[in-house]
Amino acid sequence: MPESTKESAQAGPVISVRDLRVQYGELEILHGINFDVELAQTLVILGGSGSGKSTLLRTLVGLEKPSAGQIWMKGQNLASISRAEMDEIRKKIGMSFQGGALFGSMTVGENVALPLREHTNLEDSTIEIIVRLKLDQVGLAGFEYYMPSELSGGMKKRAAVARALAMDPEILFFDEPSAGLDPIIAAGIDHLILQLKKAFHMTVIVVTHELASAFLIADRMVLIDKGQIVAFGTTEEMRSSTHPRVRQFLDRVPEPEVSQELDYLQMLTENTRKAGRMAGWRRGA
Amino acid sequence: MMEFVAQVGDTVTNCLAYVGALASLVTRASYYAFVGPFQGKHPRWQGAVSQAMDVGVRALPILSLITFFIGLILALQSAYELRKLGALTYVASAVAVSMSRELGPLITAILVIGRSGSALAAEIGTMRVTEEIDALETMAIEPVDFLVTPKFLAMILMMPCLTMWANSMGILGGSLFGVAQADFTWVRYIRSSLDALYLRDISTGLIKSVMFGITITAVGCHEGFSTGGGAEEIGRSTTQAVVISIFMVIAVDLVFTALFFFVGDR
Repeated sequence: MPESTKESAQAGPVISVRDLRVQYGELEILHGINFDVELAQTLVILGGSGSGKSTLLRTLVGLEKPSAGQIWMKGQNLASISRAEMDEIRKKIGMSFQGGALFGSMTVGENVALPLREHTNLEDSTIEIIVRLKLDQVGLAGFEYYMPSELSGGMKKRAAVARALAMDPEILFFDEPSAGLDPIIAAGIDHLILQLKKAFHMTVIVVTHELASAFLIADRMVLIDKGQIVAFGTTEEMRSSTHPRVRQFLDRVPEPEVSQELDYLQMLTENTRKAGRMAGWRRGA
Repeated sequence: MMEFVAQVGDTVTNCLAYVGALASLVTRASYYAFVGPFQGKHPRWQGAVSQAMDVGVRALPILSLITFFIGLILALQSAYELRKLGALTYVASAVAVSMSRELGPLITAILVIGRSGSALAAEIGTMRVTEEIDALETMAIEPVDFLVTPKFLAMILMMPCLTMWANSMGILGGSLFGVAQADFTWVRYIRSSLDALYLRDISTGLIKSVMFGITITAVGCHEGFSTGGGAEEIGRSTTQAVVISIFMVIAVDLVFTALFFFVGDR
């Protein structure tokens, strides 16, 4: 991997994932994922519940260890680096969690200041200015002395973004940015992501299942189903895709239902038997 | 029969693994507390001070009351036997020695488990459930360093202080009986308590109290970190933390008391 990825967009992808597999114990969640993310692009990872999209995101920020495969980020393979090297990379990425994950015992300002206090030797007055700047960027100017419990859901998410921005990251990760928010606030968050990308040329990776928001912010999209990539491409390519699983997801078609009563009963018996076998297998293990 | 043996084997391995996990947590916390600052990491004294307020200073009123009563109870109970021998004057030394060697550290530990051990597990457990621990990791902040080290420092600092306080309050409790029932004056009671005590009685108690502090922090934080998803899991790990801490403190007490008994020359 060349060292000058930052200088030119032609130098190659910012993140490359090759044959990534992740296991929880015996259970494999991701079965060989491959994709690249280019500099200053927004990649949206789409997928239903339990598809493995959150596991993929957690693996990309180093919260889960891959069981096989490689993740190249800033010229290093996350699968085989030490904790200290991973921490160096983590100082250059920002992550906004689904519930915000703000520290309840600190004010909003202290939350944003935390990475700065931990990783830099800046003066308190400088940190204070940076905190104000970051809160201003996400539209929360003047809220530094509020406790997270005093903020609404959307404001918490914005504060979390401000904290993720504190160290001026090169890559920004979002886990379900609009989950649990009303449409207007959710649109505000989408707008914020677009703004950040435009103003700071950040590479952004978003995990979501909200289609409208996904098509608005994405340059490229990847659809994950049952731990595998079903489709990868631009928003246009996704829209015009004929892949049955993509169509089902985009057209919001529910899983096929069994129309015949007899088939329905048979399906129930099958499922019960399968569940029984699983339980027996677990007891045996 | 085979199943029984297998079960015993499983339980023993699990217990050993648990103790191993606690030991590893303590090692990491002490590394960040005592070695980290010399390697350019942020010292955690500021956090430790506010934790020490919580663990130590705010526990003083209730600790004073409890150990005062315990001292009084001890005096009453030992007087019951000593009276038969006409040796009521030994009440003072009986209370002083049993407080500083055993009951002072133990009662303090049990009180701290109830106040702070459970709170450690609940706090870290909640942070686990709300992804705050994950957030720390993605910010390249080591959760053990950031969360456990201040609590660990506060605990090993405050446990001996609390124990000394508990000892004094126990002796004060005993003196109430001494003055009212055993013809002591306040001064004479305190003096005969101090005469009965050897430095060794106090120091073994204090060493034990530091060990208790380490045990309580390790169990509380470990239970917090191993909390699964969901609110009921936080309740479970809090209860677990209290039960296991009490057991571990008594086990540690036994080990150290035996050690002092066999190694001691008194």
